[in-house]
Amino acid sequence: MSKAALEAIKKKFSSELLSEHAQHGDETLVVKKEKLVQIAEFSRDDAELAFDVLVDLTVVDYLIEGRTPRFEVVLHLRSTSKKHRLRLKVPLEEGAPKVPSVVGVWKSATWMEREAYDMYGVVFEGHPDLRRILLYPEFEGHPLRKDYPMARRQPLYRRPERQGDVWEQKHILSGPAAGDHFKGTYDLDR
Amino acid sequence: MGIELHRSQYLQELLSWARKYSMFVQPYVTACCGMEYMPLMGPRYDLSRFGCEFVQFTPRHTDLLFVVGTITEKQAPVLRMIYDQMAEPKFVVAFGVCASSGGFYQNYAVVPGIDQIVPVDVYIPGCPPRPEQIIDGIVRLQEMIQRGETHSQRELSGRATQGRQAG
Repeated sequence: MSKAALEAIKKKFSSELLSEHAQHGDETLVVKKEKLVQIAEFSRDDAELAFDVLVDLTVVDYLIEGRTPRFEVVLHLRSTSKKHRLRLKVPLEEGAPKVPSVVGVWKSATWMEREAYDMYGVVFEGHPDLRRILLYPEFEGHPLRKDYPMARRQPLYRRPERQGDVWEQKHILSGPAAGDHFKGTYDLDR
Repeated sequence: MGIELHRSQYLQELLSWARKYSMFVQPYVTACCGMEYMPLMGPRYDLSRFGCEFVQFTPRHTDLLFVVGTITEKQAPVLRMIYDQMAEPKFVVAFGVCASSGGFYQNYAVVPGIDQIVPVDVYIPGCPPRPEQIIDGIVRLQEMIQRGETHSQRELSGRATQGRQAG
């Protein structure tokens, strides 16, 4: 990536920039969440940057590292004309993490943001349809958070309206609780 | 009045013999185990030697459910619905460790063994199992059917016994 282009975005949003680093040629900018959409629009529309593809949008949970703020939204950008890449990171506080949605900038963000919401519970403000995308609506919690219990099961099959099923009453509801046979053999949390 | 099938032991044995060599298969293939399931139908391993080569893709015409691969919590009601639609007596084979116990998955998404959803007659371990293991499992299932030991047969004979006691 050309130095001039990188300097341009750093100069324009110098107050929003928290830190930056680069390794083996992949530049990373850690930015504040308030101006994320403006930074995204600039990096898409600027002739030197021209990041027309949002390759990936994901979240990292730094609970085990004990880092504050706990969450970090990561955006991977790619320019098909300039053939360069940029990584944007947005730190988010624990509690109710919220970040402005970049759907208006790159439309491919819709499903990625839904997945990030589904797995980490990060709310993307301004997203047109922020629902779970992989898990079912009855699911409680966000499984890729590091404090989600690994052995916890939320069976869809045992949902209340199916409990009239004769076989289920005989074999499942009267038997040991689902997942009990894992205890002792596979319980890696011990 | 008709023939009361459950009373005639010889007729029951004849029926079991016929059933074990004419199983219609409903494959429920979700994962990589399907790659080992495919050669099973080919000329080298040729499952038709054991009378269960007739693969149907409608559960109402089948009596052997092959659950091949990982079953997620989201799929569990679908699998149960397919099982419910099959013709009785019906037999279930858990193919591979994922179907048998969840395998190496222990997470929010995967059912730890399909026996949480449907009654399983034969578990075939392996990741994935060799076709020889599957043939061994089929032969064991045939022995179980001949002896009337599968879940479905026991339930049916239990129902018949209850009916006789009530009548």
